Amino acid sequence: MRIKQGTFSTLPDLTDDEIKAQIQYCIDQGWAVSVEWTDDPHPRNIYWELWGMPMFDTQDASACFTEVEACRKAYPNHYIKVNGYNARYTKQTIGLSFIINRPEGEPGFRLDRTELNDRHIAYTMHSYAAETPHGTRYQGNGSGPEPD
Amino acid sequence: MAENGKKTAGPAGQADFTRQALKGEKRWGAGVIPYAKMGYWEPDYTPKDTDILSAFRITPQKGVDPIEAGAAVAGESSTATWTVVWTDRLTAYENYQAKCYKVEEVPGSDNQHIAYIAHDIDLFEEGSIANLTSSIIGNVFGFKALRALRLEDQRIPAHYLKTFQGPAHGIVMEREYLNKYGRPLLGATVKPKLGLSPRNYGRVVYEALKGGLDFTKDDENINSQPFGRWRDRYVHCIEAVKRAEERTGEIKGHYMNVTAATMEDMYERAAFAKELGSIIIMIDLTIGYTAIQSMAKYARANGMILHLHRAGHGTYTRQKNHGVSFRVISKWMRMAGVDHIHAGTVVGKLEGDPNMIAGYYDTLRDDFIGINPQNGIYFDQPWQSMPGVMPVASGGIHAGQMHQLLHYLGEDVVLQFGGGSIGHPMGIEAGAECNRVAVEAMIKARNEGRDFMKEGEDILKKTARTYPSLQQALDTWGEISFNYESTDTPDVTPTPTS
Repeated sequence: MRIKQGTFSTLPDLTDDEIKAQIQYCIDQGWAVSVEWTDDPHPRNIYWELWGMPMFDTQDASACFTEVEACRKAYPNHYIKVNGYNARYTKQTIGLSFIINRPEGEPGFRLDRTELNDRHIAYTMHSYAAETPHGTRYQGNGSGPEPD
Repeated sequence: MAENGKKTAGPAGQADFTRQALKGEKRWGAGVIPYAKMGYWEPDYTPKDTDILSAFRITPQKGVDPIEAGAAVAGESSTATWTVVWTDRLTAYENYQAKCYKVEEVPGSDNQHIAYIAHDIDLFEEGSIANLTSSIIGNVFGFKALRALRLEDQRIPAHYLKTFQGPAHGIVMEREYLNKYGRPLLGATVKPKLGLSPRNYGRVVYEALKGGLDFTKDDENINSQPFGRWRDRYVHCIEAVKRAEERTGEIKGHYMNVTAATMEDMYERAAFAKELGSIIIMIDLTIGYTAIQSMAKYARANGMILHLHRAGHGTYTRQKNHGVSFRVISKWMRMAGVDHIHAGTVVGKLEGDPNMIAGYYDTLRDDFIGINPQNGIYFDQPWQSMPGVMPVASGGIHAGQMHQLLHYLGEDVVLQFGGGSIGHPMGIEAGAECNRVAVEAMIKARNEGRDFMKEGEDILKKTARTYPSLQQALDTWGEISFNYESTDTPDVTPTPTS
């Protein structure tokens, strides 16, 4: 399955030039660009690993993209996203966030149901990838079944 | 009101000695004297920073002096009654009397005037929309001396704003909660809105969310009817929400409408929605201001986003000469504490002049809104740090309008494609997908610096080559538009809907 997180997850993967254009947009807005990666794509995992600090002072999209490439080289089979951070008063939040790298196989999730009383069910999303320890996930295979 | 019926309307906005406040015995003798002479007309008054300011559009009856009409509105919305009462003198009445300080004729209108009125902050209970509105719109709208009256806008001072909770979460927190940034959120109201059994209802929710929408929604009038009771609907909807989350790996929500006959019923439904793990609940404007504030407190305390459907507002917001402008309702609802509110589409099936809607959206989202006659904004309004409300655009919109929607409504908005998803010829999932694809493509193009308003159709057509669902949508609805004249337009040069 294809995880639909991030601003452009339904469209085909962005090319390098397209990624640079989006980075340029963030810079033009006065936002700090940052790169993050993870091997735990649970939708409630908001703390992906930081690939360095947000690039508060970098005004050059190519320089930012160099960091994207470096992260991609280090974690070619992980999820990587680019964020544009808007520090403006009353915003202080992310303005744009899009995935630019994915594992080859995305095993996705399983929905666990705990049946309580009166047809009330408690739901938990189980990530197949997280069945193996951090550092051993997304090794090409063995990450669990991949449904359609 | 007009003195002995003889006085004709003078040049608006100019002080007239005959309207000067009376003093001493002349003021306090028993009997009826004009409101203007009782001190409710004060052309030299400089509003205080702490005053609540209101702009009323008044249409006096023939022969009624507009300034006296403005003074009457000031009087009846504060301390006055129809005759002099000596008990006023037991109070610091100058402080409590609202002051009409300016009356301007609306150019080119048929005897319409804008009356500016200042109310002292001490006239209102802290944090109560019910109290604020009972004064401001409580009695005055039925005045015989007025043919029509409309509350156009208000300036709420920060001192008073800060006594309100404000949005339970607000736009920023909602996005962080959903983990979704940089694009409009997408939703759909389940259709048909009445009649589906809970099981079938949940099916629509599942297909729409799996296909790419962020939210689905109960409609305003689905509460707990014989064809589907609330608890059964909630149980099926949450199953659909959770299944869709599993299939897409992203957060989804269904607005569980908790609108009911009593607060006890609403709390019971909201508590069950929370127990099920719903991230969002919904109320209708028809429940009333106090109930809305109660649910806003509940939503903040229980971590659920609060969606407000503006059911019934058209009865008093639509006509330009009478009622309450929707920009005022927007302001009150931001103070009352909702996270979402329906605020118009410009291009869809419901009333909405583009400039007027820009005024509503600004009022809901911005930190500071400056005077802007073209958008119907009469006062500067600072919001301090009160969070913004996410406007919701719903009613007759489809993927083929994505460039226009982004142009008119911006990025912090929920675009709701009910018919535009569920009515898709290839099915609900495809209908949802085409909307998601269209919004992502349009945001991508905008960020790349393209003139998306001009190139919009082209961007959609090119994207549709890869996505048959979008091609089908363009083929089915591409030509559909709702071009009717708006009834509520600005006094200053409006731009026609394109």
